[in-house]
Amino acid sequence: MACIGERPPPLDGFVTSLPTNPHARDLSKLGRPKSVAARVLRERIIVGALATAACFSILVTAAIIVVLAKETIGFFQFDEVSLGEFFGGTEWNPLLGAEKHFGIWPLVAGTLLVTVIAASFALPLGLIAAIYLSEYASPRVRATLKPALEILAGVPTVVYGFFALTAITPLLQRLSPDTFGSYNAMSAGLATGIMILPIVCSLSEDALRAVPRSLRDGAFALGGTRFDVSVKVVVPAALSGIVAAFLLAISRAVGETMIVALAAGGVAQITANPAAEVQTMTAYMVQIFLGDAPAFGVEYKSSYAVAATLFVMTFVLTMIGQYILRRFREEYD
Amino acid sequence: MQTAEPTAPTQTAITVRGFSSWYGSFQALRSLELEIPSQQITAFIGPSGCGKSTFLRWINRMNDTIPSARAEGTLDLHGEDLLSKSLDVVDLRRRVGMVFQKPNPFPKSIYDNVAFGPRLHKSYTRAELDELVEQSLRSASIWSEVKDRLHSSALGLSGGQQQRLCIARAIAVGPEVLLMDEPCSALDPKSTLAIEELIETLADRYTIVIVTHNMQQAARVSDQTAFFFEGRLVESGATETIWNKPKNKQTEDYITGRFG
Amino acid sequence: MAAVRSASTRLLANRAFLTLCLAATSIAMLVLAILLLAIFVQGWSGLSWDFLTGLPSRKADKAGVFVALMGSLWVCAICGLLALPLGVATAVFLEEFAQKTRFTRIVQTNIMNLAGVPSIVYGILGLTAFARMFGAFGTNVEDAISLGSEESLFFLRIPFGSSVLAGGLTLMLVILPVVIIATQEALRAVPGSLRAGAFALGATRWQTVWGITLPAAVPGIMTGAILAMSRAIGESAPLLVLGGALFVSGAPENLMSDFAVLPLQIYNWASRPQESFHAIAASAIILQLVVLFLFNGIAVFIRQKLQKPLQ
Repeated sequence: MACIGERPPPLDGFVTSLPTNPHARDLSKLGRPKSVAARVLRERIIVGALATAACFSILVTAAIIVVLAKETIGFFQFDEVSLGEFFGGTEWNPLLGAEKHFGIWPLVAGTLLVTVIAASFALPLGLIAAIYLSEYASPRVRATLKPALEILAGVPTVVYGFFALTAITPLLQRLSPDTFGSYNAMSAGLATGIMILPIVCSLSEDALRAVPRSLRDGAFALGGTRFDVSVKVVVPAALSGIVAAFLLAISRAVGETMIVALAAGGVAQITANPAAEVQTMTAYMVQIFLGDAPAFGVEYKSSYAVAATLFVMTFVLTMIGQYILRRFREEYD
Repeated sequence: MQTAEPTAPTQTAITVRGFSSWYGSFQALRSLELEIPSQQITAFIGPSGCGKSTFLRWINRMNDTIPSARAEGTLDLHGEDLLSKSLDVVDLRRRVGMVFQKPNPFPKSIYDNVAFGPRLHKSYTRAELDELVEQSLRSASIWSEVKDRLHSSALGLSGGQQQRLCIARAIAVGPEVLLMDEPCSALDPKSTLAIEELIETLADRYTIVIVTHNMQQAARVSDQTAFFFEGRLVESGATETIWNKPKNKQTEDYITGRFG
Repeated sequence: MAAVRSASTRLLANRAFLTLCLAATSIAMLVLAILLLAIFVQGWSGLSWDFLTGLPSRKADKAGVFVALMGSLWVCAICGLLALPLGVATAVFLEEFAQKTRFTRIVQTNIMNLAGVPSIVYGILGLTAFARMFGAFGTNVEDAISLGSEESLFFLRIPFGSSVLAGGLTLMLVILPVVIIATQEALRAVPGSLRAGAFALGATRWQTVWGITLPAAVPGIMTGAILAMSRAIGESAPLLVLGGALFVSGAPENLMSDFAVLPLQIYNWASRPQESFHAIAASAIILQLVVLFLFNGIAVFIRQKLQKPLQ
């Protein structure tokens, strides 16, 4: 901060104005001053420590990228694999048979099938429930359901996996005995959907609630019914938040592990049939790390390549969500 | 620190020469020239957005928390350059206290609110601190109301009491200057009166600068008045002169309520 | 006439939508009720003192969760002790100290990204960085460097292997972004006027944080921390990758002990074909849910009772 301008001459024999009140005079003599140097030093040390902590999160990301990249490169150095086959191949068969195949698409297809099943019912259902909670429900209903949602969002995914295996699959089999085997994409997809439902609902509801009251009042004043106001005014206004919630939920479904490991099965294949047994990327990783493959062999390393693919997919989803939130956020007040 | 000796009340505490300030590219203050006398009450008046609060926040460098804020010119407290980079702002704020528009007591006990500041700068024995807290609360005319509940939450006090507590809190660190940023704007008339009376009793010990958009208040409590308009200092001088014989047409229009 | 009909259509749409809403919400609730009921029906009868204190067994009727419970306790304690200070420090730095520069924006975006990374990927990182330490110390357990005596609680072996310490560190990575984001929200909820009040008294940034901002944010931070811990205690994929062994004979004795955790034990039992193991998996799930409700209950209690109104 530069100081320009004429500086007035210092006042002669100047002294600090002093309290005339006898009490106040006593007060200034109370206590022993603390060291300024110690204060400055302590502040520096603490800022340094806090900044170091903040850098740790960067380090974690860097470590993830380095580990995945290094091992993935190691994987591609095996004779059995090639980049072209990995990204173009339609057969994933690393463990059985004489000839091993490493085409990622069957695993991606399995992941997508489960995700699509989950999203196709959890996203609309979650959004409708969110609209209900935010626009229709009485404060009392809201006060009960909202914490319930938060608890559900915390239920361990292995519980949903167990539910898929012991409740959803038997139910599907009873409904259609010849179609569904003991492992199928439908059961895992439905359970994953139940898992992401509270996330969709809770986050969408937050986005809807953030729309200012004045906007609703304006629409009501124009003679809109509650339905008109919710669907034509509030939802569009909250759209960026809702889309971000959807993307987060989809990213959770893509990365979900325990449900698919328990209920989806272990056959890597490209199919759109929900009754089929599929293997997702995460389920493959579980299969490898549970020890079906000798460590440091090509199969083992392949799991890192799969993990890298998964990381990139979820990273892209998160970045899009972040971008939408930042770019399209309606700034109210 | 200077030696202790009483001084004449007419001495200049704060000297302002060619002072301008900016928020980014927006110029908030333009070439201010002003002298704020010691141990008197100086009121800054003017319509909202005229820069009076901005200027107040330069005197204790609260604007440092806004990255885009910068200033040029001379701003001295007893000859010490307040805009210097090497200035210890922490020590400056101990010497220049501030009371805010809305009462902002900490969510702590009444005692801890007053003791928070002193504990930052010095170490005290329990008895010393007790005395300091009591005297600060007495100076802020709130002791009798809170002496039986020093250890209950400050958030339980009324708005007016909270503001007097904030004044006690500011006094407790032993400042030379007290800055008050519309201290009564969030209070009812009765509490306002109590604060105004308090301000007058404090004037024989502290240099007080009060920002207000209530002209009656400025007329009631201040010795000096400075009128700000659109980032400029239009007129300043003894309150009586400003009120009775303003030199500037804008000042006259403002104090007679023709605009603002 | 046309106007009247349009009005009645709109009212009908309104009513239809409300019905849809109620139906959707009830379906969601119904599914959850069935979920809970199914698990309770299967698992209730298996809950007993013997089940709680029992050791793992190859026979379902003799198996217990003691080892897994103790494993969960150890791993989560380590995870919490590390993640809480680190997360709060990061959030304090970002909210209270850092200028809004390019660097802080990158850190912030990075944290949002970390929150979206699938937990199994953290498992791979934990396996490589903590359990194997990038293979820098060889790959055999015999090659490991031992520090301290095996009887000591703080016995260390480098690399860490599939130990409780490696497990705790891995889970710490998983919940760190959650703790950071929750703490940031709690700090943002503290009114700026309190900070201004402290600065005006001559408090440094740290004195303001330590004396005013953090105490005011404690209820929010506690709530977030407890919810993060409830996530940690239910997390299984990363520990599965880490090699959280599926058959461990005893409870952990030091930082280098092998471990099982409750959700992994549930996975282990659920993935067996025998009905009898499904039943004890359900019993273990009941335990897991009880812990979850307990954690959430505490969080809600703190939020409602301890959160003093700040102006």
